Amino acid sequence: MSLNIKHLLGLKDVPKNDIQLILDTATTFREVLERPIKKVPTLKGTTIVNLFYENSTRTRLSFELAEKRLSADTLNFTTSNSSTKKGETFKDTVRNIEAMKIDMIVVRHQSAGVPHYLTKISNASIINAGDGRHEHPTQALLDMYSIREKIGKLNNLNVCIVGDISHSRVALSNIFGLITMGAKVSVCAPPTMLPKNIEQFGVKIFHDINKAVAENDVVNVLRIQLERDAGNTIPSLREYHNYFGITGDVIERNNKDILILHPGPINRGVEISSEVADGPYQIILDQVTNGVAIRMAVLYLLGTMN
Amino acid sequence: MKLLLKNVHLLNPEQNLDETNDLLIDEGIITKIGNVSKEEMNSSEVYDYSGKYCVPGLFDMHVHLREPGREDTETVQTGSNSAAEGGFTGVACMPNTTPTIDSAEVVNSIKKKAENHLVDVYPIGAVTKDRKGEFLAPIAELVDAGAVAFSDDGVAVKTASILRSALEYLKMYDLPIIEHCEDETLAGGAMNEGSVSTLLGLPSIPTIAEDLTVMRDISVAEYVDGKVHIAHISSKKAVQLVIEAKAKGIKITAEVTPHHFTLTDEALTSYDTNYKMNPPLRTEEDVNAMIEGLKDGTIDCIASDHAPHSIEEKEAEFIFAPNGILGLETQLGLSISELVHKNHLSFSQLIEKLSINPRKILNLPVPQIKVGEKANLTIIDSDEVWTVDIKKFKSKSKNSPFDKRLLTGKSVAVINNYQFYKEGKFQNLK
Repeated sequence: MSLNIKHLLGLKDVPKNDIQLILDTATTFREVLERPIKKVPTLKGTTIVNLFYENSTRTRLSFELAEKRLSADTLNFTTSNSSTKKGETFKDTVRNIEAMKIDMIVVRHQSAGVPHYLTKISNASIINAGDGRHEHPTQALLDMYSIREKIGKLNNLNVCIVGDISHSRVALSNIFGLITMGAKVSVCAPPTMLPKNIEQFGVKIFHDINKAVAENDVVNVLRIQLERDAGNTIPSLREYHNYFGITGDVIERNNKDILILHPGPINRGVEISSEVADGPYQIILDQVTNGVAIRMAVLYLLGTMN
Repeated sequence: MKLLLKNVHLLNPEQNLDETNDLLIDEGIITKIGNVSKEEMNSSEVYDYSGKYCVPGLFDMHVHLREPGREDTETVQTGSNSAAEGGFTGVACMPNTTPTIDSAEVVNSIKKKAENHLVDVYPIGAVTKDRKGEFLAPIAELVDAGAVAFSDDGVAVKTASILRSALEYLKMYDLPIIEHCEDETLAGGAMNEGSVSTLLGLPSIPTIAEDLTVMRDISVAEYVDGKVHIAHISSKKAVQLVIEAKAKGIKITAEVTPHHFTLTDEALTSYDTNYKMNPPLRTEEDVNAMIEGLKDGTIDCIASDHAPHSIEEKEAEFIFAPNGILGLETQLGLSISELVHKNHLSFSQLIEKLSINPRKILNLPVPQIKVGEKANLTIIDSDEVWTVDIKKFKSKSKNSPFDKRLLTGKSVAVINNYQFYKEGKFQNLK
C-alpha cells in the first residue's frame, strides 16, 4: 500500500484511502513508541530538513523526534525572520539547503502557500507543518487518530471546533480531514472569529457553547491568541471565557460523554478551565504522544516512495 | 521621410471618422487622406494596412514607471518602450516613486528623460507631501511643471479633510484627483475576502475597503464640486456608487484594469504571486459588473496599473510579495479579446476607453486624424492571434500572470512625435 499524494500540503484534496493508510500506519508506530527501544531503521540514509520560519516548540520537537525514531538524518533551520528581512530570498535559502542533497522538507511558515511554492522550486518531498492560517495537516491527522483511538470511529461522529477559526490552520485541516472521513463538523465561535463563507465547507455554525457541547461527541478547543484577540475580535479574555470557555460546569450541564481535544499550548482559564484541562474528559497529552506516531507514519509513507 | 499607409480603416469616434482610405504622413505630419498620387506613392515607404485600424494613439492614464528610485525594475525609457510595443503613444505616470513626485524638480527630471521618445509621458503629482496625507504637495508648482492630475496612489488620500482641501485647491486648474480607493483600517490583506480566501487561508481585504472610500470621495467631491477619478475600480458595489453619483451630476470618472475584467480570485489557488495585486482580483460577479460598467459608460476608461516588480521581489512568500502586475503590453490584446470579440463593446467604443476618454479626463487634446495634424496614431490588427511571451516584453520586468495566454488583437505600429515604431524598432520620420 502506498499513498496517492507525493507531498502532504494540506488535507483539502487528500483522498480517504490516504488518510486511512496514514492513521493505520500510525497505529503500528504508536506501538513502537511503547517499546524499550523506541527506534526503527526505516528511514536510515534519508535526510530531512525542518525548515521553521515561525516560532514553534511542540510541532518542531514532535517532528524531530519522529525523524529520529525512524533513524533519519535531521537538520534544523529555524528563524523567526522572514527571508525578505534577512537579505537572502526564500528561494535562495531553499536552493542552498537542497544543494546539500536532502530528501524531505518539513516546513512551517507564516505565509499560506509556502509548502505549495516549495513543491515548485524543490525536488524534495514536502510536508506542511503549518502555513499561515491555512492548513496544519499533521495536527488534524493526530486529532483524528486520537478521536478514533478513543471512540473507535470517525464516520458519523459529530465534531465541533471551538475558537478563533479565522486565524486557525488547525481548524481548516480538521474540517477537510474529518469531512473526508465521514464526520459531521461544526464550529463554535463569535462571528468575529469565523472566516467569510465558512459554511461553504458544509460545517454547521454554533454561537452558543452549551448547544455546541450538547449536540456533539467531540469538541476540539483552539488556543486563543492572547495578544491578538483581546479588544479586537473579542471584548476581553474574561468575556470569552464566560461565553465560550470549556468549563466543568458547561460539560456537566450539557454532555457528560463529550471528548475534549486541544492542540496546545493551552491557556488555562481562557478557552479551557484547569479542571477540564486536567480532568477526565480530555485527551490532551494522548494527542501529543499520538502526534509523534502520526508524524512517523507520514514521514515513513512519503519517505519510502520512489 | 514619407509614410504611406494604404487601405487603412481610419477610425476616430471623436471626429465621427470611420472610413477606409490611404493616409500619407510626411515628416510625421498628416499631409493627405486619399487621392495619393503615383509620384507620392513612389517616394514613400508604403504599408498595406488593409483590414487594420488606424486610431488616435492609445493612452494609458495609470502606469508606474519606477523612476526615480527603482530603475532596476523600470525606467522612463523602458516603460515608454513597453508602452510603444503595447500600442500606446501616451502614458500618465504615478507619483509613488523615490523621491515622490511632489516637487517641480522630479516632474522636470521625468519629463527630461522622456523628451526624445515617441511616447508622451505625463507625470501625475502627489496630492500630499511624500503621499503621507499630512500636508498638501505644492500643487500649483506641480501644475506649472506639467503635472496632469494628482494622486497618492498606493493609498487613498488619508483623510477627508485633506482630500477636501486638495479638491478645492485643484478647482483653480480643473484637474482631477485620482484615487486609489481603500480604507486603510480594512487594508493589509493579500487577496479578496470571500470563499476563496477562506479556502486558501490568506489574509484578505473586503470589498467594503474599496466601497467605503468611494463613498467618502463621492460625498466630498459633491460637497466641494471637485473632480475625482476612481482608479482601478474593482467591486460591484463601487460601480453602483459611481452610477448613482454620475446620475446626480457629481464629477466622478472611473477606470478599470484589464485584469479586473478578465480574472477572478479563483486564480489565486495556485498561490502564484503574479495574481497578487491591489485592489485584489475579485469574484465573477464583480468581473461581470466591470464589463457592464464599461458597456453602459459608468466606467469611462481602461488603464493598466502597469506595476513592474523584480523577479526576486515577486518570488517571495505570498504574504510578503508586493502587489501589482505589468499591463502595458497585454492591455490592448486583453481588451480586444475580452470585450470586443465577446461582443461587449464595439471596436469604436473600445477606442473611446483606451484613447479618447483618458485624455479628456486629464484635459489633454485628443489627436485628430486630419490633414495638417501631427500624426499621433496607433495601427491595430483586431484579428491577429498571438501568444503572450514575457521573455519578449520591452518592460524591464516580467511580472505578468498572462504569460502564454492566447490573445486576439495586437498593435501593429505606433506613430507619434515624428517617430514610427514597428516590430521593435523606432524610426525617425524627420
